[in-house]
This record gives sequence, structure tokens and C-alpha cells, in this order.
Amino acid sequence: MRPPTLALAAGMLVLLPGCARLEPWVKPYERERLADPIMQFSRDGLPDKHREHVFVVREAARGATGVQGGGCGCN
Amino acid sequence: MAATERFGSLAAHAWRVLASLAGGLLASGGARAVDLPADRAEALFHVYDGGGVRATGPALLVRKKLADKVSVSGSYYVDMVSNASVDVVTTASPFKEKRDAFDVGVDYVVRDATLKFSASSSQEPDYTARSWGLDVSQEVFGGMTTVNLGYTRGNDRVGKHLEPNFAERATHWQYRVGVTQVLTPRWIASANVEAVSDDGYLGSPYRVARFFGVPSRHENVPGTRSSRAIKLRAIGDLGARDAVRGEYRYFWDNWAIKAHTLEAGYSRYIGELWLADATARFHKQGAALFYSDNFTTTPTYFSTNRQLSAFDSFGLGLKLSYLLKRVEGGHEVKAHGAYERIRFQYGDFTDARTGRDYSFDANLLQLYLTASF
Repeated sequence: MRPPTLALAAGMLVLLPGCARLEPWVKPYERERLADPIMQFSRDGLPDKHREHVFVVREAARGATGVQGGGCGCN
Repeated sequence: MAATERFGSLAAHAWRVLASLAGGLLASGGARAVDLPADRAEALFHVYDGGGVRATGPALLVRKKLADKVSVSGSYYVDMVSNASVDVVTTASPFKEKRDAFDVGVDYVVRDATLKFSASSSQEPDYTARSWGLDVSQEVFGGMTTVNLGYTRGNDRVGKHLEPNFAERATHWQYRVGVTQVLTPRWIASANVEAVSDDGYLGSPYRVARFFGVPSRHENVPGTRSSRAIKLRAIGDLGARDAVRGEYRYFWDNWAIKAHTLEAGYSRYIGELWLADATARFHKQGAALFYSDNFTTTPTYFSTNRQLSAFDSFGLGLKLSYLLKRVEGGHEVKAHGAYERIRFQYGDFTDARTGRDYSFDANLLQLYLTASF
């Protein structure tokens, strides 16, 4: 195990006992606001995909967008 | 002996922690099941106009549940492109072409997991791209956490206008993982990581590299590329029927490109019928190892593709949505208009016509209807 990995594992063992009784702290009935469309990362699939395509064919960066299939392979 | 006891106690403690975590994560699922994506239809007309390139076209998407466990979707997208960009007018002739893209998807729900299979096809006169993908998402921890895993494989065929003997191929592999976490009753955050690998013909058969001020040789880019990207997002309800959103992506690849993309957004309902969204986006990237806009030596690989150069882009956008009709049962029809102005400012790409660093402004327009049914 590399030293950073070892340190992380050791840190988790030390810190996690505090969360030993980790339970969901936002109950389903408290999620009303989160269900509103303005709380979605992507609201409308087609326009988001089109916008992603506009950027991916002009910029070198790609991936991890959360929008599936933004790239098209075209150059 | 004491050391052994201490180790035994620590190991037992660690086991209790892990068991408690696993129990919390898995047992909280119970008999609940995630919902399939809602039935909906979208019809879009899009325009991109900037830097001598104009791409317009319609796009359609329909998504429908079949029985209670499967949702199928299909979309069709058209890009009608007229290209008279700076590269084209200084090294070749302006051209027009059409790209048609089809996507199909099937979502399947099993308890708290959604499996999505998707396939896509994109056709241009000289470029065909086909891909398929599989994504799995699993809700855990009482629905507060969603874990996503995904894979896409793409195969491209590259041709060249008026050269039927030119036939190249490229293959793409995408691996992604993500976590979406409910933080509080008002805040959600997500982290996504994606690795993309490419193999094959990754350049353009038309692009010419500039040597000693003269566009003189076809570019030669490496036949493999491997990139990583990590994106962090958060969205929060501000309490006055409005929400704020922030995103950051860091990208790096083995062509030595590094990029930062920042985006912020604000959404607000206006009355019962209107919703307004404002966005600001900033992107900054470094150049690929083998990029130059004027080579003075002949390296193994060389390209004057400004997509691989060092540049910034900055965009400001506004979107308005209007509720046209609401039918009992929650079905809605909405009309949307979105406009974004984007400035691209290049750091090491010279406009051969003016001798200055190249820059341009682009306009992005989307007019669309959405219906849930």
C-alpha cells in the first residue's frame, strides 16, 4: 500500500467511529424542495446535449459532463 | 500481547464501522423502487453562429414508458453546417454539409437501480460515428446517495470528400463513475469522473499545418489519446422559488492539454407561468504538445488545429420558459427560448488575414417545446 493510501485508510479508521451510527439525515418527507425542476442538474435533455456538443467540438476538454453522449466523434 | 490486543480491538472496531456503514447503505433500500424517467417529448430548433460557422437544425425526442419497468426513448438531431471558418478560408474553400444523428435508449428499473442501454449513430458525408453504452445507477443510503457507473464504446469511419479510397477508422472508449449526494433538504452535490481513450485516426484529413508562415503539410496527430476529467457540481434552493448552481471541471490528457471549466447559474420562477435561468461559463485550456500555429522545425507530430491551442472562452446565457398548458394529472406543455453569447479568445493562434491573435463571438440560440404526458 502506498503511503498516501495508507494514511487515508488510517485516517478513516480514526475518524469514522464518530459516524458509526451513520443514517440518512434527510428524510424522504424533507425532500420536497429537491423535487422541484429547478433543482435538477439537467432539466431538458435535447437542448443540454446540443449545448454540450457546441462546446465539445470547439474545446479540447471532454467527459464528466453528466450529459450523456455529448460528443459525436465528428471532427 | 498488549499490542496484539490493541490490534484485535482496532480490527473489531473497524469491522463494526464497516458493517454499520454497509448496513446503513444497503438496508435502507427496503422495498422502495426508483421511478422510471417520466414520459416526455421535446422539439428543438437550434442555431449556432460564430467564427464563420453556422449550424442550424431541428431535433426531436420522445420518451415513453412501456409496462411499468421499461422506458424507451428515441431522438433525431440534424445539424446543417455552413463552414467558412478562419482555417477554412485561409487554407481551403468554404463548404456546406449535413449531419444526422439518431439515438435510442432503454431504461430498466430493478428495485433501487436503473439500467440504461443506449445506442447512437451520427452520419456526415465523410464521417460516420456509431456508439453504444451501458449506464447503471443505484440509489443507496435511503435514497440520499445515487451511484452511477457507465461505459460507452464508439466506432468511427473517416472518409474524405472526392477521395473514395481514403478510409480510416477510430475507436473510442469512455468509462465514467459518479456520485450524487443529497446534502441537506435544500442542497444537492455531485462528483463525476470520466476517462476517455481513443485509438485510430484522430486528426482531420483536410487540416493543413503551417510551416514557416505557409500552410504546407497535412497535420499529423498521434494515433492514441487518453484523457481524464473530474467534475464537481452543487445546486441549492435559496428559498424564494429560486435556486443557484455551481460547477467546476478539471480536464487533463496525455497530449499535455489541461483545462478548467467553471459554470454558475441562477434560476427563478416569475409568477406562476414563467421560469428564468441565467448562466455564466468560463473555460481556459492549455495547448497540446504538438500544437503550433507556425512550425519552424519538423517534429514527428504537428497540428495547427486551434481546438488544441491555448485559449479562453467566456459565455453568458439567458433562458426563459413559459408554461403554455397544464392538464390535470401534472401534464404540462412549456415553451422555452435560450440565448447564449460566447467569446473565444485564442492565445497562440494567429489570424493569417490580420496577423493578430484570433478571437470571435458566437451566438447560440435554442427555441424548444417540451411536453410531459
